[in-house]
Amino acid sequence: MTASPTGLTGPAGARAASGPGSPGAPLLELHDVDVEIPLPGGTLHAVRGVSLTASAGQSVGLVGESGSGKSLTLRAAMDLLPVPARITGGSIVVGGVDVTGMAPARRREHLSSRMAMIFQDALTALNPTMRVGDQVAEVPRLRLGMSRSAARARAVDLLAQVGIRDPENRYRAFPHELSGGMRQRICIAIALSAEPGLILADEPTTALDVTIQAQVLGVLAGLRREKGVGMVLVTHDLAVVSGTCEELNVMYAGRIVEHGRTEVLLDAPRHPYTAALLRSVPDPDQPVHRLLTIPGQPPDLMQATTPCPFAPRCPAQVERCLTEVPPLASVGHGHHSACWRADEPQEWPGAIGEVAVEGLRA
Amino acid sequence: MSGRTEQVAAVAAPTQDAAHDKTRDGTGGGAEELLAVQDLHQHFAARSGVWSRLGRGAPSVTKAVDGVTLAVRRGETVGLVGESGCGKSTLSRCAAGLYTPTSGSVRYAGQTLHGAPTRQQRRLVQMVFQDPYSSLNPRMTVGQTLGEVLRYHQVVPRGAVPARVRELVDLVGLPPRAVDQLPRSFSGGQRQRIGIARALALEPKVLIADEPVSALDVSVQANIINLLLDLKQTLGLSMLFVSHNMAVVRQISDRVAVMHDGVVVEEGATAEVFARPRDAYTRLLLSSVPRLSTQRIPAVDAELR
Repeated sequence: MTASPTGLTGPAGARAASGPGSPGAPLLELHDVDVEIPLPGGTLHAVRGVSLTASAGQSVGLVGESGSGKSLTLRAAMDLLPVPARITGGSIVVGGVDVTGMAPARRREHLSSRMAMIFQDALTALNPTMRVGDQVAEVPRLRLGMSRSAARARAVDLLAQVGIRDPENRYRAFPHELSGGMRQRICIAIALSAEPGLILADEPTTALDVTIQAQVLGVLAGLRREKGVGMVLVTHDLAVVSGTCEELNVMYAGRIVEHGRTEVLLDAPRHPYTAALLRSVPDPDQPVHRLLTIPGQPPDLMQATTPCPFAPRCPAQVERCLTEVPPLASVGHGHHSACWRADEPQEWPGAIGEVAVEGLRA
Repeated sequence: MSGRTEQVAAVAAPTQDAAHDKTRDGTGGGAEELLAVQDLHQHFAARSGVWSRLGRGAPSVTKAVDGVTLAVRRGETVGLVGESGCGKSTLSRCAAGLYTPTSGSVRYAGQTLHGAPTRQQRRLVQMVFQDPYSSLNPRMTVGQTLGEVLRYHQVVPRGAVPARVRELVDLVGLPPRAVDQLPRSFSGGQRQRIGIARALALEPKVLIADEPVSALDVSVQANIINLLLDLKQTLGLSMLFVSHNMAVVRQISDRVAVMHDGVVVEEGATAEVFARPRDAYTRLLLSSVPRLSTQRIPAVDAELR
């Protein structure tokens, strides 16, 4: 919860002109955001120049493997970075106002009235000593200034919206009396209670069973459709984002390496990392002879990486990857890739995985 | 001790024949069963405090496993799927001899377990755990962890232990220097390889893997699945593969058993169960699996714009 205003740079208020709430205006914009974590052995540069936009009614996915910086990016946007981590560069514009230079208290007020966050572990996110209904009613009562009874009615209404049956009775339940899926719904209801334009969800269904996961994703999709709530979904599960988000950002070693519309990106990835990642996902409908894997390991973010961080593991690597940083450049139709060979995916050596097929199985 | 030696002989005897038995047809054919549970029940009684004992009513009992019969035959991988709380982990722990079942029996190669498995029986069935972070001793190097197992079970003569440790490390695809390193210097996938090496140290016939890839990233998960597939082929391992991930089970299993509320609701050849699920719960489970498809996106779009 510590606000970390230290070292913030960027043109404070420069983008305020566009004004909040103008239709179609992005609710959240990240411009070249850097996050660093000072550690005893050095500085871990966890997020490296990430830019991202999310608008009302739009669902944006942020995928990557553990350590890619996806969660920290989201937490930086919500000003909820864990203690030693801090934003060291770039700007964050929320509702048309640059919040990077704001005083911590004002910034929190500004952010929490426009965005809300859902966490992976619903049990630890909830207060175990409070009835769930009272937790949902807290924001309407304290923030929106509703009376006790009005806040209660609002909470019951929210519980019903997230698909909790018999909300009047569930209102009195404690978190430990509810199942995992129910708890996550309570968290979603709490997130909705401040009427945010945007929900930031950090692995919201990772701890849930598949049948429950399908229900919770259904609730989120419904909110987006019916109330026009925007969503940024962080997950490691490509299958989850593919069914939920219209736009995807793939992160690797603290950078966004590919960005585009979901169907385009899944169908014809223009970054070798995305291509490899997609092929390592097991298909529930089709057993394969052998799953494709990515050789090597992600780089240590405490050290300097190669100009293209994926180069050491990349089958399509050329000399330029080791000398020049590939920018996140357009490859057409809102599709961006940070690869020097993004324009010739058909030329990439047949891949990453076919090598593995030859391997031990032969 | 003579009783034990007989058991070992019985265990070892039938291993020669049926080595190439394929059990893909789902019936298991005539292949010898290596690990079986018969009408297994495992109930847990809630801890009864003073108040509940003073009150009326029977103490509450959780029937984690409520009458399951399942067999793993030579050379086959049986996938055990179900959601959290369905009893799949309890079943696998009973099968590994970590719990003594409330009723029913566990058989290792035809021998019924009475209480905890004997040292020889433990060599037949080994377990790989879900969490590669907490299942390894953080203060022992990989070499010490593996060496301890080898020495305790006297798998190889004492002098040959270091060489065997190096072999095991190589078998699971870790670099030779891993022998002298502590678990903390490894990534999740590498730690899971150490866990697999530890299980393989005893040269078991059956590996029980309880969610071995659930804590790992997709690309690493693919690595471990491939490793298990290779080991199955090169060592002729049989496996009980417990997972909640239907896609992973699809890749690795010859047969699948679907568990729900402590009972197996459906069992059959993997392709058959996935293509034509008969049980309503299996159908629900399969339809809930998120898929890497782009087909659902346009529908949502149409409503949005």
